[in-house]
Amino acid sequence: MLSISNLHVSIGGKPIIDGLSLHVPAGEVHAVMGPNGAGKSTLSYTLAGRAGYAVTAGSASLDGEDLLALTPDQRAARGVFLSFQYPLEIPGVPALTFIRTALNAQHKARGEPETSAPEFLKRVREAAGRLRMDMDMLKRGLNVGFSGGEKKRMEILQMLMLEPRFLILDETDSGLDIDALRIVSEGVNALRSPDRGMLVITHYQRLLDYIRPDRVHVLAAGRIVASGGPELALELEREGYDKYARAA
Amino acid sequence: MAALQDTIDTVEALAGGERYKHGFVTDLEQEFAPKGLSEDIVRFISAKKNEPEWMLEWRLDAYRRWLAMDEPDWAKVDFPKIDYQDAYYYAAPKEKVGPKSLDEVDPELLRTYEKLGIPLREQAVLAGVEGAPRIAVDAVFDSVSVATTFRAELAKSGVIFCPISEALRDHPDLVRKYLATVVPTTDNYFACLNSAVFSDGSFVYIPPGVRCPMELSTYFRINASGTGQFERTLIIADKGSYVSYLEGCTAPMRDENQLHAAVVELVALEDAEIKYSTVQNWYPGDPETGRGGIYNFVTKRADCRGDRSKVSWTQVETGSAITWKYPSCILRGEGSQGEFYSIAITNGRQQADTGTKMIHLGANTRSRIIAKGISAGRSTSTYRGLVSAHPKALGARNFTQCDSLLIGKDCAAHTVPYVEARNAHCTFEHEATTTRLSDDQLFYCQSRGLDAEAAVALLVNGFVRDVLQQLPMEFAVEAQKLVAVSLEGSVG
Ligand SMILES: Nc1ncnc2c1ncn2[C@@H]1O[C@H](COP(=O)(O)OP(=O)(O)OP(=O)(O)O)[C@@H](O)[C@H]1O
Ligand SMILES: [Mg+2]
Repeated sequence: MLSISNLHVSIGGKPIIDGLSLHVPAGEVHAVMGPNGAGKSTLSYTLAGRAGYAVTAGSASLDGEDLLALTPDQRAARGVFLSFQYPLEIPGVPALTFIRTALNAQHKARGEPETSAPEFLKRVREAAGRLRMDMDMLKRGLNVGFSGGEKKRMEILQMLMLEPRFLILDETDSGLDIDALRIVSEGVNALRSPDRGMLVITHYQRLLDYIRPDRVHVLAAGRIVASGGPELALELEREGYDKYARAA
Repeated sequence: MAALQDTIDTVEALAGGERYKHGFVTDLEQEFAPKGLSEDIVRFISAKKNEPEWMLEWRLDAYRRWLAMDEPDWAKVDFPKIDYQDAYYYAAPKEKVGPKSLDEVDPELLRTYEKLGIPLREQAVLAGVEGAPRIAVDAVFDSVSVATTFRAELAKSGVIFCPISEALRDHPDLVRKYLATVVPTTDNYFACLNSAVFSDGSFVYIPPGVRCPMELSTYFRINASGTGQFERTLIIADKGSYVSYLEGCTAPMRDENQLHAAVVELVALEDAEIKYSTVQNWYPGDPETGRGGIYNFVTKRADCRGDRSKVSWTQVETGSAITWKYPSCILRGEGSQGEFYSIAITNGRQQADTGTKMIHLGANTRSRIIAKGISAGRSTSTYRGLVSAHPKALGARNFTQCDSLLIGKDCAAHTVPYVEARNAHCTFEHEATTTRLSDDQLFYCQSRGLDAEAAVALLVNGFVRDVLQQLPMEFAVEAQKLVAVSLEGSVG
């Protein structure tokens, strides 16, 4: 599924990702943890194709296809989805319009038929219901005036609607209250399947109580410095990043 | 980003490599007045229209006054001096004289309007989807109206909708009573020129208490080369009546600049309401070199003459090399209301200086201005607005919101508000913002599967949503597409 090998990324000439390698097979959920400023968001933006993130060496591919050669929208059409750590506000564009436009664009890029309006509405209602979101929220400008937690729910709603094949969740848990954390996690878990992969970036074990990872990686100073099973997250929770920060 | 540029190139290739989709020329036999401007040309035009003597005198008077005026230069637009002798002031498709049914209209013309997506066949409209809106159309081709639809049906409710040249013959008293009462002949240089040489346009009269049973619209098409278009529109909404009117405009792609100097006058009597929408898509000129394109120098004004009358202007300005216009409201009647909703998009080398004037004369008059300017490429866009309240306009209120969106780094936006309150009992509010299209928002949209062009279109449509919502539903969709098309090639 996702293969990253010896990736180097600079922003404005400053190296941030420094020889990172990571492999997420289809059907698996991998957690990435690491101190503030380690490069976790940089990794997720690089995978999504944000401009200004210069790959100076290494590779990243999805099912053998070179991701780095694709535009962000092409990556989205291939099934890459990033749930943003800080979702953007789009004034004047209701979430319904936004999601419909995105879905149509992806269908078109893949040569699939458009989802009909009634079918779309039915699916949105279902997804919003699952995330306990009020349909009225979907009629206002996307994320405009939403609370931090509401924005995160909106990311997951988009994800449920777009049904991506590879999911990157960048601190989706931050800003969520206890109930929302459970509801959102259930939404994410609903997408777990043998042909999907997930990269879950988080600082806290409590998210991983809901979304059980197959593997846990520690990202420090721009590279993966340790990898292990779910127990690694528990160890980090107890002992912090001290020893890895030193190792990096 | 090279990959991004590829996407943009692909999109443009798909669009036929041609951003302006109405740039074709209709090949048909046309009749012209001799080139240039003189008293003889004014006589020629008046004779062509079989006008009454008083009308000819009125035109000649305007012409003489125009000769004594100077071209204004206060707008923030820049163009070489216009040679008024180097243009044709009358061009019309050759045809038999007299009024005609649609069957007699040159099929080439009908094909032209079909290509532009304008419904001229009443049956075609009627045969459409159940409940589809019906729209009466007056089609003005260069200097003449070539067809006006649904007239018989409109006449049943007493509504007059016809070319102004015909109204001058059939309803001279009405025309004479209202013509130039809103925009006086010498109001400004271009209005004065228009008064001398205007050739056609629409005339609308809604009788007291009548709600016009369908949308009325006029489509202006400049086709002939080397001509100017000078149309004149006069709309009168009598007491307690209502009408919604839309005008659309397109022109072929040519290397030369063509002048379009129109005058639009609206009169709303007691309790009457006029909703006037414009989708202006004249040829904007070449985006790289700036060659060609229409000079759109237009005077549009409404007189809210009666108490509690209301006029709302909605405009989507995407075309023209230069746009210079300020649809205005004179709020004379007590409690009358004026609204101005505007989207002005400039791209390539376009220049727009547009806005509105709200002149509060009566007590408790209200006005509302929402102007959205979008500049891309190397274009400039200026919002110029005047809100004034006269001593008698006690309790006058205005709200103005003026937002500019910049795309790229080579464009410019200016806001020039003028405010005059001549009494102490009025409330004027003004809000203005300028934002640059954010890379972060663009990336967010792209990461969901929208290509660069679609992302810009979506963000811009969000920016102008408040105004788009003011357009009649059936035109809002068209306008939304137009917004996307006019911004093609603006990112990368
Ligand atoms: N545009 C930029 N210009 C310069 N430095 C940047 C830029 N964006 C990020 N950085 C730097 O890159 C480093 C990694 O940032 P990144 O956002 O990837 O960290 P993170 O691991 O996601 O942290 P957190 O846990 O706080 O979200 C930081 O030192 C940050 O300051
Ligand atoms: Mg981060």
